[in-house]
Amino acid sequence: MSSPAAPATGEPLIELDGTSKTYRSGEIEVAALRPTTLRIDSGEFVAIMGPSGSGKSTLMNVLGCLDVATAGTYRLAGADVGALSEVELAEIRNRRIGFVFQQFNLLASMPAWRNVELPLCYAGVARAERRERALAALDRVGLADRSDHRPGELSGGQQQRVAVARALVTEPALLLADEPTGNLDSTATADVLGLLTELHATGRTVVLITHEDDVAAAAGRVVRLHDGTVVSDEPNRPGAHRARKVLS
Amino acid sequence: MNWWETIRTGYDAVRAHRLRSALTMLGILIGIAAVMLTVGLGLGAQATIGAQINSLGSNLLVVTPGSATTNGVRGGQGSAATLTLADATALADPQVAPDVAGVAPTVQRPGPLAVAGTNWTTSVVGTTEDWSQVRARTVSNGRFLTAEDVSGKAAVVVLGSTTASELFGEENAVGRTVTVSGVPMTVVGILDPGGSSPLGDQDDQAVVPISVAAERIFGGAARTTVQTIFVQAQSTEALSAAHQEVSQLLLAMHRITDPTAPDFTITTQQSILDIANSITGALTAVLSGIAGISLLVGGIGVMNIMLVSVTERIREIGLRKALGATPTVIRRQFLVEAAVLGLAGGIAGVVVGIAGSAALSNALGQPIVVSPSATLLALAVSIGIGLLFGVYPASRAARLAPIDALRSE
Repeated sequence: MSSPAAPATGEPLIELDGTSKTYRSGEIEVAALRPTTLRIDSGEFVAIMGPSGSGKSTLMNVLGCLDVATAGTYRLAGADVGALSEVELAEIRNRRIGFVFQQFNLLASMPAWRNVELPLCYAGVARAERRERALAALDRVGLADRSDHRPGELSGGQQQRVAVARALVTEPALLLADEPTGNLDSTATADVLGLLTELHATGRTVVLITHEDDVAAAAGRVVRLHDGTVVSDEPNRPGAHRARKVLS
Repeated sequence: MNWWETIRTGYDAVRAHRLRSALTMLGILIGIAAVMLTVGLGLGAQATIGAQINSLGSNLLVVTPGSATTNGVRGGQGSAATLTLADATALADPQVAPDVAGVAPTVQRPGPLAVAGTNWTTSVVGTTEDWSQVRARTVSNGRFLTAEDVSGKAAVVVLGSTTASELFGEENAVGRTVTVSGVPMTVVGILDPGGSSPLGDQDDQAVVPISVAAERIFGGAARTTVQTIFVQAQSTEALSAAHQEVSQLLLAMHRITDPTAPDFTITTQQSILDIANSITGALTAVLSGIAGISLLVGGIGVMNIMLVSVTERIREIGLRKALGATPTVIRRQFLVEAAVLGLAGGIAGVVVGIAGSAALSNALGQPIVVSPSATLLALAVSIGIGLLFGVYPASRAARLAPIDALRSE
């Protein structure tokens, strides 16, 4: 990749230009995401909202390079993702993006620290450095004393914090959280949202996908989707964050 | 992700489902153990037969009458009286056949032996003093026949160890008199035990001078013809030269111009060995083929379980892909997992195979040879089977799209 370092705050990190995604289901074509233009700058904390079926999951998959757009372009930190091979996409996911999923998606057979070091394994980092960085990431999310616990021995909130540590460990440019609080009680939700806010405060770009208003309230900017289109895009607390209104 | 980590991940995955993995390995185990046992049995039989054939003597050529190649009208059992004592005498001439170390013409028939009320029918062998050297036999008690015995037509006999004990029991037989086909003869020696061979029980025979056998015991056609001429070559290297010399000399003596139609057959130990090996080899191949089928079934078991494993771990695959695993890494992970299954089954199979051959060879009284190279091969095959039958499940895992894998419940 041309520029491994994350762009400076204020530089465009995500640039969607007329990006759309169509799924084929037999004879029927379903437009999950209509042509969308969206820009998210480095250092922003953006919530993407919408009811189910609004296309926010599709948007998340495209943003996370888990799926490739049908039309339009998607530039991540200046690089056109549409032109990349499967192997290059895997590398982008590994180096540039940290995922936090609703289901935590931790491997039950491994202790917390080994779950956290997993992305580093795929990045080819040496064993000693991996462990060190994994423990540092766990410390960052406040679970230094739980590093040898298996996921089954941790609470939901703790598991999600392990997942956040895993997302952080590669120092990605983008933290992509897909309904990270969907399976958590209110205490754990506040816990995880606090963590994301903290991370944002230290300069990370966070994109949060949710359908809950109080969760979205943590973000500086809210993008609302409906029927595969952006219907509104506005700052959450005017003046607190740079925001830009882009409508397709 | 380097190889060591991939192997550890595979090992962890195998351990995570102990019972299922153990049952899968059982298939490989049975296959490997069965192949080891059948191949071991075959090798054991081959070694036994080889030892028996080698016990006939060293660097031995066996000349028999009649042609084994019965092409055309020629041959048949009627041509059995073509070898004579004169042939044997000529072969023993170092000028004519320099690569021949010893010649032992023999006539051999069953005959009754009797000692004061005890009768025993055995194989009476008429031969010369060279027989013990050519057939690599030694005498444990007394002496063997001498040139004087043969030329002087002495009424002496050397008994096989079994024959001696049947006739005389524990008593010392040397010096005693035994009647061979009604002819009283003095026992001068007892042969060392030689075991059994493809030519019969080597310990149950009575060896007499060929002159005595021809004139006094057998009579008739046996007066001038011999049944078999055992020829010993000077060395293993001289074996083919000796073969040539014997063949040419006999062709000349029998006035045969067409060397492709001789009236005798020269058999080497090697050719006997080859025949025996080809028989045991074919048998081993058939048996291990059957055992190999069980290995194949074991391999299909591995494939089956790997497919289940891929389906079951679809979320894990999706997650690993989201975290940056390339299709190659995923494929390798599942391949290694299959290979670990195969290898673990293979190791267990080798252990069972070794224990089983020890037990079975005790039970059958038949040696079972477990060679280190065959053991290594078995392990390599078990890994290979894991890999081979892991290819399809692993590529299925590698091809999964990350979103589909993550979405699945």
